[in-house]
Amino acid sequence: MSAVERSIWIVHYDASSCNGCDIEVLACLTPVYDAERFGLILTGNPKQADLLLVTGSVNARNLPVLRQIYEQMPDPKAVVAIGACAYSGGVFSECYNVSGGVASAIPVDVYVPGCAAKPESILDGVLKAAAILAERRKALRGVSGGTLPEALREAEASR
Amino acid sequence: MILSTENIAALAYLLLAPLAGGLLAGLDRKITARMQGRIGPPILQPFYDLSKLFSKRLAPVNRLQVPLVASHFFFIVLTGVLFFEGSDILLIIFVLTLAEVFLVLAAYSTGSPYGSIGAERELILMMSYEPMIILTLVGLYEGAKSFNFYEIFASESPLILELPGIYLGLLCVLVMKMQKSPFDISTSHHAHQELVKGLTADLGGPALGLVELAHWYESVYLYAIVFLFFSSSPLMAVIGLAVTYFLVILIDNITARVKWQATLGIAWTLALVAGAGNLIPFYLITRGH
Repeated sequence: MSAVERSIWIVHYDASSCNGCDIEVLACLTPVYDAERFGLILTGNPKQADLLLVTGSVNARNLPVLRQIYEQMPDPKAVVAIGACAYSGGVFSECYNVSGGVASAIPVDVYVPGCAAKPESILDGVLKAAAILAERRKALRGVSGGTLPEALREAEASR
Repeated sequence: MILSTENIAALAYLLLAPLAGGLLAGLDRKITARMQGRIGPPILQPFYDLSKLFSKRLAPVNRLQVPLVASHFFFIVLTGVLFFEGSDILLIIFVLTLAEVFLVLAAYSTGSPYGSIGAERELILMMSYEPMIILTLVGLYEGAKSFNFYEIFASESPLILELPGIYLGLLCVLVMKMQKSPFDISTSHHAHQELVKGLTADLGGPALGLVELAHWYESVYLYAIVFLFFSSSPLMAVIGLAVTYFLVILIDNITARVKWQATLGIAWTLALVAGAGNLIPFYLITRGH
């Protein structure tokens, strides 16, 4: 395991979740599941985060917020969509204001199933995303310069 | 060119302090986790974090931020090098203050509300611990008649028995410097703080890594100052340092964050009561002889 995989700092955004998945995300951080043993830390700060956890469906109000958080995260970064709503909009998908899952706003790397998702599966999803992050760092390493690296675009295309 | 013992100590500090500081931080997180009934991260977790931070892309908010953070790092390291080089401790404390000011300026430079409030609170913290630091130096001087690390070390007087009040005040300073509860008002190792990360809110990737690395360097010479209190025997030094380290973590875990007014009040009261209350009788007794 590389250092990137062992040190994942998370920013969690509640798009328009019913709070079910959010409670399960918080459960991951309690002593019972103790996410910190994998090096996971909840930062609450996109600039310091490696991983974006999104719960809930995307609507017109939270779409720009979600995009802004994503753009503020420095590369390499990854996104985990948690629960049925983050996948497709879930039970809210037919609502007039819901544009769909997280993928309708930003690229998603890992989907965690469930309504609400279990803490075990959230941790599993996060660790899967950690492996993706490590791949992305390797891709970034060979490239220098200020613009968005070609390798990153390749990584995006290979998703 | 022949290197003196002081040169070697300073060089060893330069090379080994990140290792020691990182291990101290890792052990800290492990002990904290155990106190909270968790398994906790591996001892080497701080090194994984630092390596991760330096692998991230540098995305500074403005052009001033990174030079300021680099200056902070430089002066923190310089403080430690001067310390182990055997320079005057008074000078060292002023260099340390300069280093802190650079970090505060870096936080102010972005205009972020979290960063700005964090910077303001850091200034209040500095205001809180400065009197006690000065009293600590006066105490060390009164005990060992020197401002030099090695001369204080060589004086062999059991400073902890002569200056228990000063030690208590220094413990308070240590809690503040380590960004621990109840005085983690400007920034915290935990993100669940009302300012998110406060002082370091606008720093990410390598810039944050540099601040973290500076913190490791800093913690080593802070514990070296604590060491001076117990330096009369090796056994006492080990026990004294371990107890101090444990106390800082314990205080962090059993206290809640206080407001800045209470921070200032507690720090200055402790400096006045424990620090000066220890120093004045000690001064009268030693000068009386």
